[in-house]
Amino acid sequence: MLERCGVRSIEELYADVPQQLRLKNGYALPAAKTEKEVRDFFDALGAKNKQLTCFAGGGFYHRYTPAVIPALLSRSEFLTSYTPYQPEISQGTLQYIFEYQSMMAELTGLEVSNASMYDGATATAEAMMMAAAATRKRDTVLVSATLSPAVRAVINTYARYHGVTVREIAADNGVTSLDDLRVKLAEGKVAGVILPQPNYFGIIEDLTGFAEEIHAAGALMIMNCIAADLAVLRSPGEWGADIAAGDAQSLGMPLHYGGPYLGFLCCTKPLIRKMPGRIVGATTDENDNRTFVLTLQAREQHIRRDKATSNICSNQGLMALHTAIYLSLLGPDGLKEVCDAGMNGAHYLADRLTATGKMTLAYPGKPFLNEFAMKCSFNVDNLLRLCLENEILGGIKIDASTILIAVTEMQTKAEIDKLVQLVATSNLE
Amino acid sequence: MNNEYYGKLIFELSRSGRRGAAIPDAGCPQVDLPTHLTRAHTVNLPCVDEPTVVRHYTNMSTNNFGVDTGFYPLGSCTMKYNPKINDEVCAHHAMTRLHPAAPDESVQGALEAYWTLQRCLAEIGGMAEFTLNPFAGAHGELTGLMVIRAYHDSRGDKGRTKVIVPDSAHGTNPASAAVAGLKVVEVKSLPDGTVDVQALGALLDDSVAAVMMTNPNTAGIFESNVAEISEMVHKAGALMYYDGANLNPMLGIARPGDMGFDVMHINLHKTFSTPHGGGGPGSGPVGVCAGLEKFLPNPRVVKKADGSFAVTTSPDSLGSISATLGNFAVQLRALSYIMSLGNEGLCQAGPLATLNANYIKESLRDLYKLPIDRVCKHEFVFDGLIDKSTGVTTLNIAKRLLDYGFHAPTIYFPLLFHESLMIEPTETESKETLDSFIDAMRSIAREAATAPECLKEAPLTTPVRRPDDTAAALNPRVTWNDLKTSAQ
Repeated sequence: MLERCGVRSIEELYADVPQQLRLKNGYALPAAKTEKEVRDFFDALGAKNKQLTCFAGGGFYHRYTPAVIPALLSRSEFLTSYTPYQPEISQGTLQYIFEYQSMMAELTGLEVSNASMYDGATATAEAMMMAAAATRKRDTVLVSATLSPAVRAVINTYARYHGVTVREIAADNGVTSLDDLRVKLAEGKVAGVILPQPNYFGIIEDLTGFAEEIHAAGALMIMNCIAADLAVLRSPGEWGADIAAGDAQSLGMPLHYGGPYLGFLCCTKPLIRKMPGRIVGATTDENDNRTFVLTLQAREQHIRRDKATSNICSNQGLMALHTAIYLSLLGPDGLKEVCDAGMNGAHYLADRLTATGKMTLAYPGKPFLNEFAMKCSFNVDNLLRLCLENEILGGIKIDASTILIAVTEMQTKAEIDKLVQLVATSNLE
Repeated sequence: MNNEYYGKLIFELSRSGRRGAAIPDAGCPQVDLPTHLTRAHTVNLPCVDEPTVVRHYTNMSTNNFGVDTGFYPLGSCTMKYNPKINDEVCAHHAMTRLHPAAPDESVQGALEAYWTLQRCLAEIGGMAEFTLNPFAGAHGELTGLMVIRAYHDSRGDKGRTKVIVPDSAHGTNPASAAVAGLKVVEVKSLPDGTVDVQALGALLDDSVAAVMMTNPNTAGIFESNVAEISEMVHKAGALMYYDGANLNPMLGIARPGDMGFDVMHINLHKTFSTPHGGGGPGSGPVGVCAGLEKFLPNPRVVKKADGSFAVTTSPDSLGSISATLGNFAVQLRALSYIMSLGNEGLCQAGPLATLNANYIKESLRDLYKLPIDRVCKHEFVFDGLIDKSTGVTTLNIAKRLLDYGFHAPTIYFPLLFHESLMIEPTETESKETLDSFIDAMRSIAREAATAPECLKEAPLTTPVRRPDDTAAALNPRVTWNDLKTSAQ
């Protein structure tokens, strides 16, 4: 091979890399490990983690992953392929993305879905930029104070650098204030309004009248949703939203300490050309067979460069396959059962915790699905510490006296009762 | 190869009443939601049993081509083999159930993995610190540019609104700059594909925030003037950004930090062998030189004095670019790769990738036009066939390669040439594989000379042939619902 290349050593192929830039003695990295040693290395790391019964949510939930999913995701024709630029040998990827898009459009009640974004937070930030691009000369986005702080933090970062002004819509008893929305809309220049469903406190917001106000002001309505909950909740399309974004982790994706998850982004048909990321469309091939291709690529960075709708290229392709398989396996009934199991468990747990006399719902009377905020008569840290000692992740601390607790289909009645028992019988003062 | 029945859309396999999974239920009392908050109709998802789902998606997979299927010389995508041990460790049962909000003391193993990979990448990049939070290369670019803006802002240097990008750069560079609120200025390349240093010098002033470079560049040429360029750029008060898309041939040879770069990203799904997954999940860690650490995105993973690991935030940080610590499972795969190869393996990877690319280039240059005739690194660009009289294009060549059982190279990029055909073999291919690809390319060149019309019909053997892209874009049908509606 060297002879063919006209050199005597590989080193000659690097003659154009100046000596003063060279790495002299290799990296300060460990020596190669055998496969067994690599396994041992990760076993040792794994042993340092604690496996907890998970009552934490905040947008990410411990969910059941059917065995079919990892089996199919490991099909290496899916796993080891690149972005489907060559449709003739990528129909597998293109077809599952098309199915994914169809299912997400159904869930959100909107007409169009893209092929996926990184996560719910970045998908919502992209929705913000989409709104700014779709409504010229408007540079303000209103964000509800009830949206997850983690999502808001990402929106704020993107907005600051992208030149979008973010203003907060106040919360009123745990939900977005329609009065404050009116005030902020009246101040003008609003490109989009971002509303959560359910919100950070687990509350299902009643958005009656919101779309009318937002559209009358010439702005776009963006909803940040938890994907699984859309099986039962009134959909963004039904609320009159123009864009829906959020995380699909709730659709059976392993928690995996933060990822990979999947950000979904759906919109109405008129907005399709403002959509960031890949979109798969149906067409026919030379023999008139149904064929899927990447379409409307003139929006994308590899064609439009700095005029593209976004810089995104790699998204979460394999997790779109996960989503399509999960939704196929569960079907409409299974997905509703997932929502019901979480909701029933959460309401049972909220009732039992209230019955201890030490905790009360932070927003009594507000409807919730599988997550709820509770006010504690003690410091939340005390409860979380006690839970940890009992191999339970008790929830997420909102402030010293408020905790956010989630239940899914994964917790047994015994596990729920154990948490109640801990609160009831322990001195948490 | 495709089964006509199972190859349909999953919606077409739906039969009322069927399902493929049973949901655990704790048996708590049923709660009802107020109807004005619930959806009017049950969501229209397919009703299918488990075997149908498995056959449907397994059939679909056979219409795909992956690295495990065959040679994938897609330029600038570094489609190297993805070792299976990586998949095994990332699915480790002690890692998959960890909630991102779990207290640090319960996730010490995960944090140690994250921190160890950070340190390994800092060593390989010649950088002071890394964040693994960005989800993909483009996300890393955006994050890196935000770091650069945060740095200038912290110095009260608010007038730096431009980014200089070579015209050979990937489209993500200008797109990321635009998302980061920066204006893109292109600098021309010289005929040999390298940056025109004089032209670059003329663009440098106090309105420039950064210069983004890919080194080796997209033509596979090492920018030998990089140290000089860094000096000029730093003198003008701007920072140097390294697009790590082409880091692979530099493994064991030179580190971006030593070339004078201040900020860089790495595509773990390229250089560090994590699978591309049909377009993600990727991972785009960002490294910075000393002095810029505090601007990295929140949250950060640090090692404390007592040897334990913690998640922290910094008030000087550019902010958050993700709700979590990124695509953790992808990070585990990359760490597994680094542990498997070790120092010696990594130091061999770069040189072998370069050898393989030059071997292909030299084996085909008598038939394919080599617009930049010099030693390349991991990849190189042909400008179509030498003999253009037959009208056979790069697209024809690419499509015909599919018939020969190879994935096509990257085509019509970089934009420096009309018929770009960008070939990157990576280090994980044997001489025999390279030779079989060379044979196919030579055979295609012969076909172009003897039967060009046949070549223009390619591909002939793939599951679908020559899809109508124009129709797809004119009347976008992007869901099952669109298909049903248009059929009516």
